[in-house]
Amino acid sequence: MWIYEKKLQYPVNIRNGDLRMAKYLITQYGGPDGELAAALRYQTQRYTMPTGKSKALLTDIATEEMAHLEVIATMVYQLMRNASIEEIKAAGLGGYYADHDKALFYVNGDGVPWTAAYIQAKGDPIADLHEDMAAEQKARATYEWLINLTDDPCVKDPLRFLREREVVHFQRFGEALMDVQECLDRKKFY
Amino acid sequence: MDRYNCPLMRQLQEVSFALVELNLYLDNYPNNQQALADFNSLSQKYQELKAMYEAQYGPLTNFGYAPSQYPWQWVNEPWPWEV
Ligand SMILES: [Fe+2]
Repeated sequence: MWIYEKKLQYPVNIRNGDLRMAKYLITQYGGPDGELAAALRYQTQRYTMPTGKSKALLTDIATEEMAHLEVIATMVYQLMRNASIEEIKAAGLGGYYADHDKALFYVNGDGVPWTAAYIQAKGDPIADLHEDMAAEQKARATYEWLINLTDDPCVKDPLRFLREREVVHFQRFGEALMDVQECLDRKKFY
Repeated sequence: MDRYNCPLMRQLQEVSFALVELNLYLDNYPNNQQALADFNSLSQKYQELKAMYEAQYGPLTNFGYAPSQYPWQWVNEPWPWEV
């Protein structure tokens, strides 16, 4: 069961439209290292985690990623909301407009739709937690490239917050990996 | 001042951020008494802030986690992405 809270995890107040940035940013919505991939990956891996602690951690990080998905959606929505058709065409978003108008859709910056092939659930907790740590680093790097792509402080600020969260998630997954490893080793010996 | 940029919302975001942090930390270190004490006191604080916010703006959470005045306030705009 999930409960929705009618608030953003971090405030977003973007006043100036920027379609190019919207096009880049949408990769964190539906791209390979984006928030949807993160949320769904941890959410589905949790069922076969070996300890109460790792089941809790994957549940909770998956849930936080859903909140990040909403922050990204809000940013893309606000960057696009006042755009004219001419501006949409000039930004290279004509193809996006034809399929989605200004609706939020799960694509990367080039319009490639999200696919489950971006993620894995191996059933092996060591393999899964390594994938999760790599995913956090890839998301962190993506946020850094996105921060390089804009001068707008109202866009940079939430991106910095999201970048920091990836660093924390990486740390927590690393601790979980060590704990699960120890737990599995103990089982082998006794 | 809109419902998503008022000082009360900012406080809710700050406290809930600390709670998320402590929650993830406690998932890995369930025996840390200091973290747990911080979590419990902030959890109390969050409930208080949430009640104050909801008295002014209506439910923050769906499915029965907050009561509604008449008429059903959950449908009220703006939604969080619309500020
Ligand atoms: Fe993350």
